[in-house]
Amino acid sequence: MADVVLQPNRAATKKTVGKRGGLHNMLKRKSTVAFLMALPLILLIATLVVYPAFYALHLATLNKSMQRFVGLGNFEFLFKRETFWLVVQQSCIFAITAVIFKAVLGFIIAHFVHNIPAKGQRKWRGMLLVPWVIPPAMSTLAWLWLFDPSYSAFNYTLSFFGVGPIPWTGDAMWARFSVILVNIWVGAPFFMIMYLAALKSVPDQLYEAAAIDGANWWQRIWYVTLPMMRNIIAITTLFSLIVTFANFDIVRILTAGGPLDRTHIFATWAFRIGIEGSDIPLGASVSLFMVPILAIAAIFILRDISKRGNEA
Amino acid sequence: MSRRKLSRRQFVAATALTSAALVTAPYVRGAHAAGKLSIGFWDHWVPGANKASTDIVNAWAEKEKVEVQIDYIPSQGNKLILTIAAEAQAKSGHDIMAMQTWWPHAQAELLEPMNDVVEGLIKLNGEPNGTVKYLGQSKGKWLAVPSSVGSQIKGPCSRIDLMKQHAGIDVQALYPAGAPPKADSWTLDTFLKAAEACQKGGVPFGIGLGETTDNVDTAGAIFQSFGAALVDEKGNVTVKTDAVRQSLEFYKKLISFLPPDVGAWDDASNNKWLVSGRGALIMNPPSAWAVAKRDAPQVAEQCWTHGFPAGPKGRFAPYLPYFWGTWSFSKNKEAAKSLLRALSQPDAIEKMVVASGGYDLPCYEKLTTLKVWQEEAPPKGTLYHYPNPHNHQTLSIAAAPAPPKIAQQIYTQATLTKMCLRYSKGESMEKVLAWAEGECEGFMRS
Repeated sequence: MADVVLQPNRAATKKTVGKRGGLHNMLKRKSTVAFLMALPLILLIATLVVYPAFYALHLATLNKSMQRFVGLGNFEFLFKRETFWLVVQQSCIFAITAVIFKAVLGFIIAHFVHNIPAKGQRKWRGMLLVPWVIPPAMSTLAWLWLFDPSYSAFNYTLSFFGVGPIPWTGDAMWARFSVILVNIWVGAPFFMIMYLAALKSVPDQLYEAAAIDGANWWQRIWYVTLPMMRNIIAITTLFSLIVTFANFDIVRILTAGGPLDRTHIFATWAFRIGIEGSDIPLGASVSLFMVPILAIAAIFILRDISKRGNEA
Repeated sequence: MSRRKLSRRQFVAATALTSAALVTAPYVRGAHAAGKLSIGFWDHWVPGANKASTDIVNAWAEKEKVEVQIDYIPSQGNKLILTIAAEAQAKSGHDIMAMQTWWPHAQAELLEPMNDVVEGLIKLNGEPNGTVKYLGQSKGKWLAVPSSVGSQIKGPCSRIDLMKQHAGIDVQALYPAGAPPKADSWTLDTFLKAAEACQKGGVPFGIGLGETTDNVDTAGAIFQSFGAALVDEKGNVTVKTDAVRQSLEFYKKLISFLPPDVGAWDDASNNKWLVSGRGALIMNPPSAWAVAKRDAPQVAEQCWTHGFPAGPKGRFAPYLPYFWGTWSFSKNKEAAKSLLRALSQPDAIEKMVVASGGYDLPCYEKLTTLKVWQEEAPPKGTLYHYPNPHNHQTLSIAAAPAPPKIAQQIYTQATLTKMCLRYSKGESMEKVLAWAEGECEGFMRS
């Protein structure tokens, strides 16, 4: 009798021990610990990124007064707007031009810095990072003064050489040039520091071998440096493309999208429509339009990186 | 450590005694017995102007036993608009919120009707001007209470000396201090001739053609002076009319006399233009003059704020009102309404107008002749005509009389200034009109 009574208890005890042991083992697993440590960040991202993203999707499906579901109606409406296509075109010009120049400048400056003797290199690195470290909204205000339509410091300087005045923010072409220039100024140091890190990781033996083979400067760059930096270049370009495409502060402060909407990019036009024009669903649709464009770019670049990773 | 346990009997006895004591105690009204109220006011650019509002609110709170919290929110960087948008999305926020021009209509569905407040104020202060009725009312419902704080007219502010010297116009004679205007000759034709003369004299008029409010307001008033509207009050697109064509022709001539970079001007550009002494006239409330008083007194002494030039269809001036609204989800609507009544009493309004150095303009007909505008100087009487004391011009807003939700889009997208710029840059009239028509059709989206 006693055995019969005790047996279920024993089974239960075994089960508990088993469960405890399982939990204990699970907690001991590296992957579990890693997950638990990353959990606060995952929750943070879910709250600050995933939720707003889905909320933006929800908003983009509503009518102007946000009382009716219109499906893809907002996108359909946007496709018929001349200004929308102007913004698409400008966003592409802005992002692609700025990223190319940032990459080229960053690459050149990184080489210069890399060749500076180690003793003085830190100072140069620090100074060159200044444009990237200052909050863009602040530095752009200084640029605004330099480009000011009536009191431009650039024009004042140019006047000594009999040049100008140049309508920096008053003419569509010059306004585009100005916003791209400031974006390059802010973003090039990021490329520089990333490329510098990549350059430092290229083994010297490869250059020695190339030199023995009689490779000139250009061949060393083309056949050694670039292949070794390719992944960093791709990742940096992708990251910068996303950030530049979604830029807001520089254009907003310098030109606010003008003149005649010729410098609007997605974020500034979304703000104009959504917040200033109080048409939040349409503003959300404009900003969401960036997602497919950037997703396509990301797929191509990341696929290329993983392909090369597999080859290696 | 010893720990005294409370037995069940002791607990019941203590609870009963406490309850009995609370029930029989006399009612004492606490310091904030009437609850809490949070307010989002516009952060006034005039130093010290916020204090007048704070004092009035505190005096009211003391009397009504309400705990108040005031946040002064700047319009700089669209902070105020962003706050309104965020509160509307969250359905939570301040009980009273300052709202510029178009925002009562933009948030009409979420605002508490204010008929009971405004109707009483109209009996007390007189009729509000037409622009306030257009922007503050919808289908017989007052969406918000007109606020004197921040409300303004953006009329001409001229340099007395430069206008005399280059254009032969005595603006003080046209708009004498303390007397009705004698400005029949102050028409758009005169204005254009004066602009040309001042440009030749090296001190062009500073009228922006950018996309910010100062630029759009001036264009709006000039279009209205020609009787031009892009959309009529019924919502019909009326872009291709003679009046619109005349307005564009006028602007094309005017732009040729303006500084070459006006297409990139923002709201600060015209102020800087006047204060730097480079221009003979700007269209602005007396904020540029107030800055000049501090930074360039020799310029301020020559400034005269006056009425708009008249066009074939009348004399129009841009009036931009502020409102105080209460969300329908506010938790203390009655207290909010009570405070809004207190803030709209004539003596309270006068205090706030004085604190702003005469910048703020009440919309009510009985409150456009306060002493402050007669006394402000230098020169004495410079602001006398600023509040339109003789109803010499029609106060309006750009894009009116289109239904406000459509007009807001025309205004925000700066369609008027863009049309003027396109035409002046050589685009054909018909192409400009077709573009504007397409834009307006897009603004009909509901």
